[in-house]
Amino acid sequence: MTVLQKKAHNPIGHLTPEDIEQLGVELDAIRQSVIDTRGADDAAYIRKVIDAQRKLELGSRAILLISMFPPAWVVGTAGLAVAKIIENMEIGHNVMHGQWDWMRDPKIHSTTWEWDNASPSEQWKHSHNELHHTYTNVIGKDNDLGYGIMRVDEDQRWVPFYTAQPLWNFVNACFFEYGIAAYDLELGKNLATKERRNNPEFRARAKVTLKKIRNQVTKDYVIHPLLSGPSFLNTIAANATANLVRNIWTHSVIMCGHFPEGVETFERKSIVGETRGEWYLRQMLGSANISGSKAMHFMTGNLSFQIEHHLFPDLPSNRYQEIAPQVQALFAKYGLTYTTGSLPRQVASAWKKVIRLSLPNDFGRKARAKVLPLLPVTPRSEAGSRAAA
Amino acid sequence: MSLTAPSTRPDRPSLRRRLVRLAERATTPLLPADYLDLFDPLRPGADLRGRIVEVHPETADAATIVIRPGADWAGHVPGQYVRIGVDVDGIRQWRAYSLTHGPRPDGNISITVKAVPGGLVSTHLVRESRPGTLVHLEQAQGEFVLPTDGGKFLFVTAGSGVTPVIGMLRNLFPVADGGVVRLARATAYDIVVVHVAPSEPDSIFIANLRALDDAGLIRLVARYDDEHGVLDVADLETLVPDLHERATLACGPGGLLDALQAHHDARGLDLLTEQFRVTTLVVGEGGTVDFTGSGSGSVTTVDADGATPILDAAEAAGVLMPSGCRMGICFGCVLPLKEGAVRDLRTGAVTTATPGETEGSGVPIQTCISAAAGPCVIDH
Repeated sequence: MTVLQKKAHNPIGHLTPEDIEQLGVELDAIRQSVIDTRGADDAAYIRKVIDAQRKLELGSRAILLISMFPPAWVVGTAGLAVAKIIENMEIGHNVMHGQWDWMRDPKIHSTTWEWDNASPSEQWKHSHNELHHTYTNVIGKDNDLGYGIMRVDEDQRWVPFYTAQPLWNFVNACFFEYGIAAYDLELGKNLATKERRNNPEFRARAKVTLKKIRNQVTKDYVIHPLLSGPSFLNTIAANATANLVRNIWTHSVIMCGHFPEGVETFERKSIVGETRGEWYLRQMLGSANISGSKAMHFMTGNLSFQIEHHLFPDLPSNRYQEIAPQVQALFAKYGLTYTTGSLPRQVASAWKKVIRLSLPNDFGRKARAKVLPLLPVTPRSEAGSRAAA
Repeated sequence: MSLTAPSTRPDRPSLRRRLVRLAERATTPLLPADYLDLFDPLRPGADLRGRIVEVHPETADAATIVIRPGADWAGHVPGQYVRIGVDVDGIRQWRAYSLTHGPRPDGNISITVKAVPGGLVSTHLVRESRPGTLVHLEQAQGEFVLPTDGGKFLFVTAGSGVTPVIGMLRNLFPVADGGVVRLARATAYDIVVVHVAPSEPDSIFIANLRALDDAGLIRLVARYDDEHGVLDVADLETLVPDLHERATLACGPGGLLDALQAHHDARGLDLLTEQFRVTTLVVGEGGTVDFTGSGSGSVTTVDADGATPILDAAEAAGVLMPSGCRMGICFGCVLPLKEGAVRDLRTGAVTTATPGETEGSGVPIQTCISAAAGPCVIDH
């Protein structure tokens, strides 16, 4: 994709400023309808999910105490992987968004929640809630566009490092929780210079992250294996597998949110003086949904309703499904494309983009142009040739 | 010379402490309590909670709620009140209610609630609360208690202000199936109750008071506004001729208590009062916002109008504020409102916090989309 402002056919060219403000008013009305009916049923829902998730985790970890028996290993590992996914997605991500703050329950509140993940919630909330959700898909502002290790848009400048981005993406998927922690610390930027490395603020944050990682690793790879006695090694393998499954699943779901084909990106200067209506419009075009079963929606933490989530990041996740048809109707009314597809299709689309953009934009054309004159390799195309090798 | 003096050896953590630490390492980032709460929320060591065991109506719009408190309930003295947190429409609301029994043999506690028109929590408790519901509690508080060594007293109660007094009277004169039990310790008390209510059927516990009056244990003077007119405190000397010999305990709305205070001060009489709702909230446009640094004791006051987010007003005044997206989505700017009212600039919805009713830590508000709707106190 190319930033929307440079496209030959502008997908919002047909909308007047008045249309965009009216769109904002209609979206505000949808938001208000949920707030007006938010109540005891929603509170019961999240409490039930938390209750069930904790019992599933306890039960799975109990079964893993005898993980030397293969059936116990399989059942316990599967249960723990599911419990960790629910904890990160439907519970952690959404609670930390403040979706349940309205209940005024200090135990289920964005300011107090800590999740089963390497990144401390305080740092994740900053990079995710404040930066990504505010600057969604604005090139140069939203680091979620490739997490600083990949190029996922034609308008991001190619550097040779990106040649291997399919590999980076795969490694990131396997160790996603550590990828998030490094990303939230802005490790790439902060390790770059001595001055940044020694910045006390960065060092303090890094210390918090290292402590969180130490606690997480001790739990999964020391305490629970020790409690398993003779099943020590089997439990280590089980917990590593559960973490791996959780990492790959969450990475895949999150890739589907903004990377598939059809999602628009925006120029940095396009958001100067942006109105509420324009902000809504950017969220609508900058996100993609995943279609599927109720169980799939639940296991993605309802991030399969990425468009609805980006429009209303603080509405309870259990309500996204209900408002999706109304949101989709607004897309139709205003002549906009509601990007959605099945999980395999969207994952494939996102991966295709990661692979395609690992090469410079004009790689195909240049390579052909170079072949004909049979000239020696110029420094400019050197990187491209290396990429092809 | 011994080098191992016991005083210099570091204390080894107890076995219990080490087990707790192990459990914490196994449950991080949660706490062992988060898992134990799934199975026994009333156990020792848990946050103080209670379970409603019985709801029985007192009048058409009042009910007594019997609650089994958690294991760490420290007990109470008749006349004290308890802060109770209930979820109404999914939202945790805290209110203070008098405990209407003395300590009971079954260990339960009870509150009696009158459904106030428009009262969110009281209406919910009277009409919607069901046995089995979990509620949140704080330990009993309050100085409004009956001295234990007897004496001559006057209770002046208005409306639901009768509830702490009922707690004291039930403790003094327990009512069994066979009638009022006459305890030896009760003989040291001489009690007159002046009870005021808009009209007779609205009086909760009036039957209890009458039964005690019939048994000659107290003297009841019931005054109903529709029958006798609104009580003038100057009439007390007529209603209670030996007023000057009595210590007065009064519970009711602020207006009555203020009048009583002036009346008693002028005559040099003892008065102990209890008022549930201390301040009346004024929801206006804009106001002063006090930032009270917790611990430091310093207060910064900012003038904020009704159209400017508190975040902007505070920053303009030089307060270092947490902030994020500044449009109400990221919750990076949330601070606890301890007192006052704020208006959501997007919806116009008003959020209020009242000391004594709002949970200790305050109501979390998003300062970037909230404007002052009256004087506010924010913990920051």
